Amino acid sequence: MRFGILQFPGSNCDQDCLHVLGPVLGQDAFYLWHKEDDLRQADCVVLPGGFSYGDYLRCGAIARFSPIMREVKKFAERGGLVIGICNGFQILVEAGLLPGALLRNRTLKFRCETVHLRVENNRTPFTNMCQPGQILRVPIAHGEGSYFADPQTLAEIQKNNQVAFRYCNEKGQINDASNPNGSVENIAGIVNARGNVLGMMPHPERASEGILGSEDGRVIFESILHWARQAVLTH
Amino acid sequence: MRKEPEITPQLIEKHGITPEEYERIRSILKREPNFTELGIFSVMWSEHCSYKNSRAELKKFPTTGPGILVKAGDENAGVVDIGDGWAIAFKIESHNHPSAVEPFQGAATGVGGIIRDIFTMGARPVLCMDSLRFGPIDKRDGEKDLSSHVRRNRRLLAGVVAGIAHYGNCIGLPTVGGEICFDESYNGNPLVNVVCLGVLRHDQIRKGRATGVGNPVYYVGAATGRDGLAGAAFASRELTESSHEDRPAVQVGDPFMEKLLLEACLELFAHPEAVVGVQDMGAAGLTCSTCETASRGKSGIEIELDKVPQRETGMTPYETMLSESQERMLIIARKGQEKEVERIFEKWDLHASHIGYVTDDGMMRVKQSGRTVAEIPARPLADEAPVYVREASEPPALPQVDTPCTIFPESADCGQVILKLMADPTIASKNWAYRQYDHQVRNGSCVLPGSDAAVVRLLLDELCGTGTPQVKPGQPVREKYVAITTDCNAIHCRVNPRQGAKMAVAEASRNIVCSGGRPLAASDNLNFGNPNKPESFWHLRECVEGMAEACRFFNTPVTGGNVSLYNESPDGSVDPTPVVCMVGLIEEARLITTQWFKKEGDLVFLLGGMGSGLGGSRYLLERTGKKMGPLPPFDFEAEKRVQEAVAGAIRRGVVCSAHDCSDGGLAVALAECCISNGRLLGASIQLPAVTPRLDDILFNEAPSRVVVSVSPEGRGTLEEACRAAGAPVCEIGRVGGDSLEFLADRRVVAALPVDKLRAAWHDSIASLVEK
Repeated sequence: MRFGILQFPGSNCDQDCLHVLGPVLGQDAFYLWHKEDDLRQADCVVLPGGFSYGDYLRCGAIARFSPIMREVKKFAERGGLVIGICNGFQILVEAGLLPGALLRNRTLKFRCETVHLRVENNRTPFTNMCQPGQILRVPIAHGEGSYFADPQTLAEIQKNNQVAFRYCNEKGQINDASNPNGSVENIAGIVNARGNVLGMMPHPERASEGILGSEDGRVIFESILHWARQAVLTH
Repeated sequence: MRKEPEITPQLIEKHGITPEEYERIRSILKREPNFTELGIFSVMWSEHCSYKNSRAELKKFPTTGPGILVKAGDENAGVVDIGDGWAIAFKIESHNHPSAVEPFQGAATGVGGIIRDIFTMGARPVLCMDSLRFGPIDKRDGEKDLSSHVRRNRRLLAGVVAGIAHYGNCIGLPTVGGEICFDESYNGNPLVNVVCLGVLRHDQIRKGRATGVGNPVYYVGAATGRDGLAGAAFASRELTESSHEDRPAVQVGDPFMEKLLLEACLELFAHPEAVVGVQDMGAAGLTCSTCETASRGKSGIEIELDKVPQRETGMTPYETMLSESQERMLIIARKGQEKEVERIFEKWDLHASHIGYVTDDGMMRVKQSGRTVAEIPARPLADEAPVYVREASEPPALPQVDTPCTIFPESADCGQVILKLMADPTIASKNWAYRQYDHQVRNGSCVLPGSDAAVVRLLLDELCGTGTPQVKPGQPVREKYVAITTDCNAIHCRVNPRQGAKMAVAEASRNIVCSGGRPLAASDNLNFGNPNKPESFWHLRECVEGMAEACRFFNTPVTGGNVSLYNESPDGSVDPTPVVCMVGLIEEARLITTQWFKKEGDLVFLLGGMGSGLGGSRYLLERTGKKMGPLPPFDFEAEKRVQEAVAGAIRRGVVCSAHDCSDGGLAVALAECCISNGRLLGASIQLPAVTPRLDDILFNEAPSRVVVSVSPEGRGTLEEACRAAGAPVCEIGRVGGDSLEFLADRRVVAALPVDKLRAAWHDSIASLVEK
């Protein structure tokens, strides 16, 4: 499968994503420079973490105007698979590809640690290899990761079953103590209504090799691969 | 144009230049300097740039060895071989003074500066680390209100940590560990020492040289402003009540700009035909980078200030040359390759300004609007600063504690003391700080902050920069693992600087070994008081000689580092703080070892003996509020035997955990083994016959000791490894249960529930700072 990994000048998880998708998972992974206007036949586009354009203003606020993002939007509208991780999630929200907003953490501090996630919807292209309610150990690292949506949007998200992951404790309980950043309803990741665009604050690429302490993040990439194989079979 | 001030004795003195130095300047120039030239000499001959007060001492360090590819002092950072054509570049550097005045930007730009030093060498930076020291952040017993010192120290801590987080997180380098210590002596003068390590192939090493007459000199990065004006000179004098007026000498950092510079430079360096030399503009900015590259290249350099990008109007040559605006690089390109250089920087939306060229007349010539405003022989300016051997005199000895201790009675409840020590901010968990640092970016952090040393995996594909990846799908990437630590117990160095410095090197080496590594090389950050005070200079000399001897013994050459003198506040000088940063190589992933207990039923061993003597210990400070000697004895050969035993046992595959005894002695080391990972595990510890006193056994800080746990089947192998190395070993207990219990003569002398220990240790700093 061809994974195009966007590279904004301030991306800093681009190499991590390339490493996991290429050498670790054996896929054809390559970079897409932000000034390009061609996705080069990518089957899945990855927006990695980082600080796209420095993000002194608001994370992801400038990145949505880049030439490559025009192509990503068209690609998503055609049903192409797009996954935004951390800063990538922020950019997808700013670009209007996902609903809601990401605010500063409620502690007003950057927070880096391993958290637990509960899979809330395992029928997306990104979670179809997960068990319902499966708990994943995946690191977070962000200063602006508090997910917010107004009540109407939130109701819509619920109705469409768009919540992919919620922050939970090791037993899978969702409560305030297991919420690292103040996200509304402990939301850690959502998909769009159509289900082909995922944004998540935690970093699955940091939890894809045993030597780094967790391999729980792999299931997300493996779900994408599985989904693509199914799609080929049904065509 | 403004008229330049006249050179008067007052003006010379204000620049920190002595009458003798001024005479030397006149003889170099064969005329009087103008104002700009005076400024240039003042920053280049400041302690920060020239090491004029410490150079004679630094020569005592061992700097060569078979693995050293670039040695200390030759370039921006040393480079060490790690095998198979790979190398690492690493260095520690201080940003103490700026952080005292403006903690956030002071610390942030310190991180920026050290990262530039590393990628200037052609290496891709892969990790950062920090060694920080502040005045106390907790109330003294019996104190009702927070003193103004404590309030200020908390602000400094919060600001420094936020500044490090801001810069490191944005540029995308993991801050993988370090130390944070608190002591009265740092009131008003915190120490902020930052480390960066990068990876490169041998053939990628870049040099800071200007060679080839006519080769173009480029300026890349942020525009020059008046920020950081003469920061190097500022860092080379004492902090006073009015130091806050020096705030313009503190720079403002832009990590995004540095990220662009980093990536663009690494991409440029992949075209060796285009670049001759490269140098970052750190301390003394444009001045230092031009004269140093010319001096190293045995050439000259000429620049035109009108072509230097400026973000403020009306800057004088003096201001432009002395500015320490951040995120700027000087590139010496090869003639004919201008288009290629400019293309790569344009890709990263950076403008490369062609500001001058290399000459062959040995002069650093600065022009403005075609008129020469400074003309100085580069070599004497860069490399021939005066060298001073200062007067040294030993201060009166500190009070001594006897063994067995008779000056105070034994604590009635050693359990309570352990809890108190665990909550001591110097010993307590630093999670409040490192959770603010992205410590996992770059997918290399194998051992996260909180163990003896950080362990980071290096991947070959990291070397590919940002261009086309050289890795094929599914093809495994070659890996190597490095362990890195910073260590210094300043109380030990205050009590006995020579032995304290030896013990700092030994502890760093022991930490590397406990993590499964083989020590390779060290970088040092010497933080001392005013060298003109004979007692301060004596501290410096004792510590340097102690470190030099230890580095020679452990075969870990010093690859560079930094000297920060004048660490004084109105209350006096800081304790001598020679911070050692040591790097080791871990040959295989299976050897990576952490400090925490792993499994119920595992056996606990102490290597190196029980030790004795409370001099220099945290416990003594806690009990008496005093720093007292003597330190427990230290013996190089005994240290080596213990390290060989640990390394041997790890290689034999039986070690489940290894943790060295340091601050707080055996009791604290064992408590940390129980609680420093997410999963809490108790232990039952059988102490040998309690002589002379229980507190002496629990809290002495005798060096060369390691707590190891092995499974019951591993006992024989561990004992065999210890026998082979000749290290004393003693089985002291078993992992398991919900509390850490100490037994003596079959009687429980202290029992601490692990959750209680964990709470005291884990939340201590947050509870003080977040109030």
